[in-house]
Amino acid sequence: MKALTFTLVAEPPERVDLSPLTPERLAGVERRDIEKIQIGTSKHGSKVGDIFRVAGSDRLDIVFEGGSARLDKVAEGMREGSVRVVGSTGAQAGRTMRGGKLTIEGNAGPHAGSGMRGGRLEITGNAGDHLGAPLAGELAGMSGGLLIVRGRAGTFAADRMRRGLIAVLKGSGDHAGSRMIAGTLVVAGGAGEMPGYLMRRGSILLDRAPKSLSPSFVECGAPDSVFATIIDRYLIAEGILKRPLLGKAPHRYGGDNAVLGMGEVLFPR
Amino acid sequence: MPDLSVNGVTIDDTFAEAFGMRATAIIITASNRKWARQAATTMTGFATSVIGCGCEAAIDAELPASATPDGRPGCRVMIFAMGTEELQKQLLNRVGQCVLTSPGSACFGGLEGSAELKLGSALRYFGDGWQISKKIGGRHFWRIPVMDGEFLCEATTGLTKDAVGGGNFFVMAESSAKALVAAEAAVAAIGKVPGAIVPFPGGIARSGSKIGGKYKGMVASANEAYAPTLRGVVRSELGPDINAVLEIVIDGENNDAVAAAMKAGIKAVVELGPKQGAVRIGAGNYGGKLGKFIYSLKDMLP
Repeated sequence: MKALTFTLVAEPPERVDLSPLTPERLAGVERRDIEKIQIGTSKHGSKVGDIFRVAGSDRLDIVFEGGSARLDKVAEGMREGSVRVVGSTGAQAGRTMRGGKLTIEGNAGPHAGSGMRGGRLEITGNAGDHLGAPLAGELAGMSGGLLIVRGRAGTFAADRMRRGLIAVLKGSGDHAGSRMIAGTLVVAGGAGEMPGYLMRRGSILLDRAPKSLSPSFVECGAPDSVFATIIDRYLIAEGILKRPLLGKAPHRYGGDNAVLGMGEVLFPR
Repeated sequence: MPDLSVNGVTIDDTFAEAFGMRATAIIITASNRKWARQAATTMTGFATSVIGCGCEAAIDAELPASATPDGRPGCRVMIFAMGTEELQKQLLNRVGQCVLTSPGSACFGGLEGSAELKLGSALRYFGDGWQISKKIGGRHFWRIPVMDGEFLCEATTGLTKDAVGGGNFFVMAESSAKALVAAEAAVAAIGKVPGAIVPFPGGIARSGSKIGGKYKGMVASANEAYAPTLRGVVRSELGPDINAVLEIVIDGENNDAVAAAMKAGIKAVVELGPKQGAVRIGAGNYGGKLGKFIYSLKDMLP
């Protein structure tokens, strides 16, 4: 079976909500019915057939050919299969996904991977603000899975993260890992101001000393760490990094002591 | 059937009788080989026989840095017990007292089995609230603060119900020195078999036993039929040429591992020959009625 392919015909006239186009929501839906699904979010009321040319049939292998910052909620809540976007996406790509694999070969807008619970989301370009973070009013951000940003992430990446792993490879904006509940955030390429601001637990792993930390972080020396080796090896084995990030005995700062204080910021000596 | 002779070593027409056991394995690593071995040796101390130690344990293999989860030298340790509950208890006591305490150590699951045993998920309480849970690539680890940094310990390890304990053979020689040389050769050969351990001191037992005894409460007592000093006094199994018998007891991850270990051990003894080592090889059994696993010596020949 060939991948179910949605080829973008032209720039959408309005923001579109692509959350109905996931493997599980399309299972058993005929192609002509797929083309009738409404995805527009304004008075235009665009349908799938107005925006995309649809081809192929494998519901577990979905491809969006062509990207636009108006494509919101790509693969929202997906549980299985694979979704690939050849191009950029708008807000909330891969939000609350639980399984499967989402690849964005371009940039993603704000709230990519927001509240993600499982699966693998990889963004080859940059991600907007609030990567993996909760929407307003939600208690926790990402709570499982693997989120990789090959480019740069905006501010508040991994905000209120609870579980899982986020790796940002070309630097992040300010307040990365703010209010983290637990989980692991990797930032190579430099984090902005005050990573880990108000984090309770969790690990923020950096490739260099942070340029600033909240004053309620305390230095914990640089004891040998098997955990550092394990995570270094994992990041290389997963193809996320090419060389070790932390080394055998990284520097450790503990915090944020303005809250629970059981989190850590690690970076190599 | 007359007894066989291979390379001048007589092979008794008998069999070893072994039992089903529960087993688990862990991988212990440390900053160097010496300390990985030290932790492993300490945790497998006093673990020769379930009769008095609660479990049988030994190092299965030394692992090079390239073969361990954290890229440091390590040892794979196997532990055998008669029941899951006792195995769990022994595992936690031994890792808690001997591996957690050993400088620079880390501990990982070393077996994928039908069920799981608690490892770090119980030892984490040593962290007194400062322990950190980490799930990395589908594996769950606990990081427990200790005085030289952190003790990293995988949350669980596997349990197998296919394990076999009590595979054995006797090495019989003209002198205790020759018996020891032959037994050592067997232990060295078995050391290369994956998934099998020889839990007795240096892999060798000199006090092979029979079940029960004349004194009340004795679970096991002297195997007088194989004691050279009692030859002529009791119904002995020993001929006039034998003055020392040593037993190799083997526990394995499964039936195949025990058979492979017996074959390797017997091969080493046979190749050594009677001049330097053993003149005869036998095996211990209970008539074949008690154990689920039977290993005929004639099937184990090189």
